[in-house]
Amino acid sequence: MPIRLPRAGTAQIAAFLAILAINWMVSPQFFDIRLQDGRLFGSIIDVFNRGAPVALLAIGMVLVIATRGIDLSVGAVMAIAGAIAASLADSQPVWVCLAAALAAGAVCGLWNGLLVAIFGIQPIVATLILMVAGRGIAQLITEGRIVTFASPDLAALGGGALLGVPMPVVLTAIALIVTLALVRGTALGLMIEATGANARASRLAGIDTTAMTVAVYVWCGICAALAGVVAAADIRGADANNAGLWLELDAILAVVIGGTSLFGGRFSIPLAVVGALIIQAMNTGILLSGYRPELNLVVKAMVVLAVLLIQSPRLADIRAYLSPRRARS
Amino acid sequence: MTMKALFCATALAAVLAAPALAADLTVGFSQIGSESGWRAAETSVTKIEAEKRGIDLKIADAQQKQENQLKAVRSFIAQGVDAIFIAPVVATGWDNVLEEAKDAEIPVILLDRTIDTADDSLYLTAVTSDTVHEGRVAGEWLAKTVGDKDCSIVELQGTVGSSPAINRKKGFDEAIASHANLKIIRTQTGDFTRTKGKEVMESFIKAENGGKNICALYAHNDDMAVGAIQAIKEAGLKPGTDILVVSIDAVPDIFKAIADGEANATVELTPNMAGPAFDALIAFRDAGTKPPKWIQTESKLYTAADDPAGEYEARKNLGY
Repeated sequence: MPIRLPRAGTAQIAAFLAILAINWMVSPQFFDIRLQDGRLFGSIIDVFNRGAPVALLAIGMVLVIATRGIDLSVGAVMAIAGAIAASLADSQPVWVCLAAALAAGAVCGLWNGLLVAIFGIQPIVATLILMVAGRGIAQLITEGRIVTFASPDLAALGGGALLGVPMPVVLTAIALIVTLALVRGTALGLMIEATGANARASRLAGIDTTAMTVAVYVWCGICAALAGVVAAADIRGADANNAGLWLELDAILAVVIGGTSLFGGRFSIPLAVVGALIIQAMNTGILLSGYRPELNLVVKAMVVLAVLLIQSPRLADIRAYLSPRRARS
Repeated sequence: MTMKALFCATALAAVLAAPALAADLTVGFSQIGSESGWRAAETSVTKIEAEKRGIDLKIADAQQKQENQLKAVRSFIAQGVDAIFIAPVVATGWDNVLEEAKDAEIPVILLDRTIDTADDSLYLTAVTSDTVHEGRVAGEWLAKTVGDKDCSIVELQGTVGSSPAINRKKGFDEAIASHANLKIIRTQTGDFTRTKGKEVMESFIKAENGGKNICALYAHNDDMAVGAIQAIKEAGLKPGTDILVVSIDAVPDIFKAIADGEANATVELTPNMAGPAFDALIAFRDAGTKPPKWIQTESKLYTAADDPAGEYEARKNLGY
């Protein structure tokens, strides 16, 4: 009797729970939750709250990767959006800041999408341009300094809470639900998968793959901008040099941990979010453990390797081969 | 052809850039680029210090690339400036270009960072801060402030492996080594950023009984301290009172926190490296006094007693 591959998502959720369990062993008060100034407070809350920016990036990134693309510019887009929101915060109402930042994210996404879909530049190169230039743009906006703001409304997007749930978590949940409704509530998701699996066949079948590709980059830009606003609101300032730095790699990793192939096609948005939470649970655990900081990256690498190995189809074959229940022929 | 055209253009630009009233000193400054707020402040302070002394300053922004710095230094030599200041982006690979400057008899002064070279006659002097000393000043302040009480310290380190992080840790450790009542209970890197400083402080607070076990925070730079202060506030504790906060750099925002009573002390990494450099240069030119090979800038301690609100006003427009 062949052993079935685990149902989609089992591996990721098991890994997430396992890491939470390890964190609990490292720090016995890990699951303690209390209310502090009307906001839930505890290490487990930190995992969701701190994981929000990468989860937001992953929600956009998973769609791009599903079309066989990749977006390296999301970290830079975060810096741009944060810079715009922070510069406007003390003179404009919060919705203007948010709208301006998201619009900037959409423009960045449109730029990437056009380079990839219209000019046919390879995604990794096309988005590399904005990855490098975007941080420069953000530095121009902030004039190289950390722009701080006093507006309590914008700060509430990072430090506030809705019914006790921290705002970054609420915003991520909204982004997740909206994105799911858009791509899974309609045929869009199927078309994105088709574009990634075989663009040419999809085009012949009547799917506008160009529009599909541009659309996912725009959405990815918007998600990244939202993440940038959350990050800026969190520290009440925009740090163009460091905001979102290297987070594109965490976002890609989250998508990959979530089981979406870099070769495009089938994708799962909720599992990409779980991937982001796995990364953050690991980071929080390392911080709680009190290990020397020199070990942070090594521990992280080993956990990621383990999570990916659990998902490896080859490993499942080997397990099946070694299994005593395997019918010998 | 193109090389020639380029040369002519450069020469022309150099002539046009020269002011109508020739100042009595022209200094070329090869700056690293805009990597941080401190760097921007260093550039503006250098301009102010040059203006004070009537020195004509030419600044070349290297955008974090040594090759741009080498080009800038060569063009300064071609322009025949009176001295060259370099804030070197990396420590190695300077010998050739510095020999060219030496042959042209143009003194070179290093700002903020030093270089690796076998021949230290290649530069006149280096003006830098002593990062070990900065850590020591912070540690001594804490030891004096706490007195004989037991104090558990959490430490936010800079980027792992970076020399300011290593040195600031070393200096602080040395200062508290003789005080048995001071102990670092947790240390972790916050990558010199506000975001990471806040995140790491959040976890310190949770791991140490809601922050009740923590008596003081030592952050390797002010930005991490500013982030950590928010984390302390969000945990329902009072930064500056429940948890003492001491950090290094003296950027404007930490003065705001000190004025608000949310931070206690900061050790200045002065952006004024050029002032002492200009003075050494003028003394060298006019009186032939050779400056020491290393001019150490002062690592001044600022607390609530040093008019933090005034310091904030004085610094906020320097480009930090």
